[in-house]
Formats: sequence, C-alpha cells, structure tokens
Amino acid sequence: MAKAEMTSSLLETGAALRFPRISPAGQAGTSFKPEHLAAIIAESGPQGFFEVHAENYMGAGGPPHRALERIRRDYPVSLHGVCMSLGGPQPLDREHLARFKTLVDRYEPALVSEHLAWSTHLDTYLNDLLPLPYTAATLSHVCDHIDEMQTAIGRPILLENPSTYVLFKDSSMSETEFISEISRRTGCGLLLDVNNVFVSATNHGFSALDYLRDFPLSKVGEIHLAGHAEQADDEGDLLLIDSHDGPVADAVWRLYEIVIARRGPAPTLIEWDSQIPDWPVLRAEALAAQAILDRHAGHREASHAHG
Amino acid sequence: MLRTSVTTALLAGAVTTALATLASAAPLTQAEADAAMAAKKEKCYGVALKGQNDCAAGPGTTCQGTSMKDFQGNAWKFVQGGTCASLELPGGRHGSLMPLDRDI
Amino acid sequence: MPTADILPLPRADFAGPFSAALLFPDAETPALVTGPRGKRAEKRYDVYRNNVTVSLIAALASIFPAVERITGPDFFRAMARFHIRETPPTSPLLFDYGRNFADFIDRYAYAQDMPWLSDVARIERLWLDSYHAADAPVLAAEALAAVPPDDLPALRFQPHPAARLVSSPHPAITIFAMNRGSGPVGRVENQSEHGLIARIDDEVTVRRLHSGVFAFLRALFDGDPLAAAAATALDADAAFDLPGAIGEMISAGAFSHIRTEADHVEHA
Repeated sequence: MAKAEMTSSLLETGAALRFPRISPAGQAGTSFKPEHLAAIIAESGPQGFFEVHAENYMGAGGPPHRALERIRRDYPVSLHGVCMSLGGPQPLDREHLARFKTLVDRYEPALVSEHLAWSTHLDTYLNDLLPLPYTAATLSHVCDHIDEMQTAIGRPILLENPSTYVLFKDSSMSETEFISEISRRTGCGLLLDVNNVFVSATNHGFSALDYLRDFPLSKVGEIHLAGHAEQADDEGDLLLIDSHDGPVADAVWRLYEIVIARRGPAPTLIEWDSQIPDWPVLRAEALAAQAILDRHAGHREASHAHG
Repeated sequence: MLRTSVTTALLAGAVTTALATLASAAPLTQAEADAAMAAKKEKCYGVALKGQNDCAAGPGTTCQGTSMKDFQGNAWKFVQGGTCASLELPGGRHGSLMPLDRDI
Repeated sequence: MPTADILPLPRADFAGPFSAALLFPDAETPALVTGPRGKRAEKRYDVYRNNVTVSLIAALASIFPAVERITGPDFFRAMARFHIRETPPTSPLLFDYGRNFADFIDRYAYAQDMPWLSDVARIERLWLDSYHAADAPVLAAEALAAVPPDDLPALRFQPHPAARLVSSPHPAITIFAMNRGSGPVGRVENQSEHGLIARIDDEVTVRRLHSGVFAFLRALFDGDPLAAAAATALDADAAFDLPGAIGEMISAGAFSHIRTEADHVEHA
C-alpha cells in the first residue's frame, strides 16, 4: 500500500482513533511483544503484520493501548482471542464478548481469531486451551457459540485447530470433519496452525499429511507456525508440547510449504510466547516464512482472501 | 471538628507559591521537553506486560502442576534465594525467616 | 405440553469431569480421556495440569516481582501454588488476577516473619491497576491558576483514574522500591509509610508521602473541599507544607479535574 494512502486515512474523529486499512495478504508476521517495540520502530521497511492476544488489551487504558496504537498506525493487526471458551459447554461470558467487541471496534483489526478449545468452567478460569470431545452435541454448541461471537462483533472469525495431548473416548468424528462442519454451518474462516497439526499428529499417531488433505484449505485465512518441546507419554513414546518457546521445527516448515503450494499464500504468523528472543531472531523466522510465501506468490491467492 | 481553620488568603497564597515553584522547575525548552517525553514514552510502552494471557503450553520439563508432594515443610529454606535476608529493619523484626517446627 | 424433541439438546458435561482434577495432582485422571489406540492418558493429562498451574504461577510472579525477589523464586512458587489452588482466577483477564494474594500472604504460615510482605503485594497489585486504569488528562497547573481565590475553599478535586493511595504500618513502600528492580537491598527504617501511586505520561510511579500530605490527599480523594482537606492535614501534622503538597499533587498527576461549588463546571 502506498505510504500516502496510509497517511491520508489516518484521521482522528473526536475521541475515536481511525486507523488505515492495511492488508496482511501474502505477508508473514509475528506475535507482537511490547519489549520489541523500540526495535520494530527503529527498523525501516515493511515488516509484515503483528498479532496480539486480545485479552492483554482489555484494560481500560494505559501503556498497552499506546503500544498497540503505535503498531496499528503502521501495520495490519491480527486480534487473537485466547479465552472465549468457544468449545466449552457453558454459555459464553457476555461481559467478555462485549470487551472483545469494543477492542474490534477500537482497532479495526485485519484478522480476528479464536480457538477450538475451552478454558472456563463454572466461575473458574483455567488459563489453558483445553480439549473437547468431537460429537454431534459438542458440534452443535460450538456452532452456537461461534454464531453468537460473530453476531456480537459483527464480522466472521477465524477458528484455530488445537494441539491436544489426550483424546476423548466419546468422540465420534475426526477433528477435520468437526472443523469442516463448523465452518460450513457458521461461515467462519479457519486459522490453520501447522505446528498444532504436527504436535497432535505425533501425539495421537495419525498422519499430518492426511490431516492436511482432509482440512478445508479454501477456508484458511491465516496460518500459525510455532516451536514445540519434546516430552514422553506413559509408554515412553514421544509427546510433543505446544510450547511456543523456540524456532519452528524443520518438519513443520516442510508441512507449511506443502500447505502454501496447495493453497497459495496466506497471512502467516510466527508465534513465540515464552523465552522470547531479541527482535532480529523473531524477525528472521518471519522472513523465512516470507521467503516461502514469495516463492508461491500469485498462486490462487485472490480466490482465498478471508478474514 | 477540626481544630484548624484555613482561610481563603492562606489557600490563595499556597496555590500561588505552588504554581510558581512548578513553573520554575521546567528549565527545558518545549522542543527538548517533547523529545525527552517521546523517548520516555516509547520506553514505557516497550515494557513486557504483567499478567498476560498467552496460548502457549508450559515447558515440558517442569512438573509443578503434577507433583504430589508439596514442598511446604521445607519452605523456609527457599527464602535463602531471595533478598529477604539482606533486609535490615532496626528495632523491628529481622527480614530473614525462621524455620517452623511444625509441618502444616 | 413440552415434548422431548423441542427441549434443547443436553450439553455433554465433559468440562466438569475434565476440570475437576486439573488443580489436584493426587486426583485420578478423568475416565473420559484416553491416549490413542488405548494408550494410557496419565502423563498426557498431566500436561494440562502442568499448563494450568505453571502458567498461573508465572502470572502471579509477573504481577508480584518484588514479592518474588524478596522471597526467592522457590519460596514464591510454593506460596503461589497454594494460593492458586485456594483461589484460582475467576476472570479470564490475567492482569486482574492476584487480588486476594496479599490476604493469602497474611495467612501463609511461612510468611509470618515478614509481616510487611503482604503490603508489598498490595502495592504491586495497585501498581498494575494504575497501569491499566482508564486514560484521562491530569489536572494542569493552569486550571488551578484560573480559579478565583474566593472559590478556592470549596474547590473539590476528582482523583485521576490511575491514582491510588497506599498506607502501611510497615516500611512497605521502601521495601517495594528496593525490590522492584535489581538494585541493592539493605537497611530500612522500621516505620509506617504512606504513598501515592499515580500514572503521568503513561508511567506509573510510586512515591512516599509525609503524613500531612497523605492526610491532605486522603481527604481530597474522599471528596472533601480544599479548605477542609488543608485543615485535616494541619491537624495531622503541624509541619504540613500546603504549597509543597499542592505542587506535589499536581506534578504527580493525582487528580484529573477540579470542580467549584458555584458552577459545577469541571476544569481539566
């Protein structure tokens, strides 16, 4: 996008900040960590897009908003919710929905996403993305929750596939069937986390390639890549943990390139949430994704714009 | 009932003195002040958030959520790693912990 | 008459059994989960247990860094773990967590010889409230300068959304300040302390106040008019410096607006 166009749309109307429309199409981005702000500002040239966890910006005011306003002025922002609890059996938290809508209205994010998971039970917030059984009953309530969220915020969301460590004895559908059906019923787009696919495939002994073959790639509006850690299960077999604390694994890069070759470029985000490195290290991971996106530029991208 | 009464003249004098002191405490030019402010602001915004929500799993090697044995019985020992033992409060209680005899 | 097929689908309650054992390491792994092809699920379920507890301990450590530095990380983690089991978060916003931590520290057997520790925790919790509080301009000196002298006695001050007063029978502010960063820790006068937490130019600062200034601000925060607040402060401390207190509260950003009795108009 031309610099002039970005600047001219930077208006202030009363108290409400208005931001430029900047598309993340075909770009790689990173998690936004405030500790990187000075380095990001100091660097010149395009730097893709930034994703924030919505909840961290749900305070009334203060420095977090100044940092996000500063980033949003120059870059597309992806708003990634981590605790809507869409996958839980209980009703959504109305207050939290309202806070989410306020944030969407305030920052006009290019992408909005949430997880196929749950984190609240009764009044307790468990602060983890917990798994759910895949059944007709859970499909129905997840779809209700996504309808409710999309109605509340006035736009479609992207739903992210989880990484899981256990299976439910009750499950009667595969994860790809479950997610495909959610997207069909609710019209939501999908956020394909390739690391999550690799983690779950390893943990549950299925083929990541089969999963990607069955996944509705045409609905994918964003891709996540992240690092994982290794542990062992009760039988001593490899159990992967979705730790977001290191570089993306080679196997995940290979799966990612397969996805991009088939689907065409999609906004791709490097997630790095603990043991956060200096900005150049995180930026280098995004540039590696950008190189893959650039190799496949022009591939079917137009027909897949989403979010 | 307050013992002291405060007059309008006292208040007006205090406000005038306070404002004069504030005005004289700003030796920077506007441009210098703006530049200093911009640099300070960026520093303030660029601080890691406290109590942040994340979607990462904990590292696999820790087991604090799964340990059956709570280490409360030895808790007093752990304070040795902190600054507590260096705190000196004269005439008051010393900062360092004493071990408790009982195990709760 | 209602029939079965118009009632809503019963929602499978997997969340109750799944979450019941998350915070309790000695509880059985829920029977509804399994590994693939009949593999066991104990260590797999433990990943979730670990995530919940470790991430919440980390959240408390980030909110209470001075408490952690004082106690050392091992003591802190043990104390935090007990608190999490007793009082897990009820809001999904983690920056709201830890509101009961100071009260927990007051009761925690191994913290009894640090009677000031809970007040350090209270200051750290208020620091984060100030950090996230609503944006508002701070009261400008010019607004005060524009008030006619006759309106000064009845003038009322609106506390800034990010301003908080703190008071401790211990030197909790000094101990907080020594331990919030990585500087040296040493001798502390054992006395009560009062302070103001405020945010100016988006920076949260914690400052100690003389008892008279504290009494003055306390009265203004409670809605007393200027003359009454000044009288309260002079009663509390004969050496109370009124011009100094007014200058300090303006430069600290303690207030956002003033309101005169006559016109009820607010001046920023």
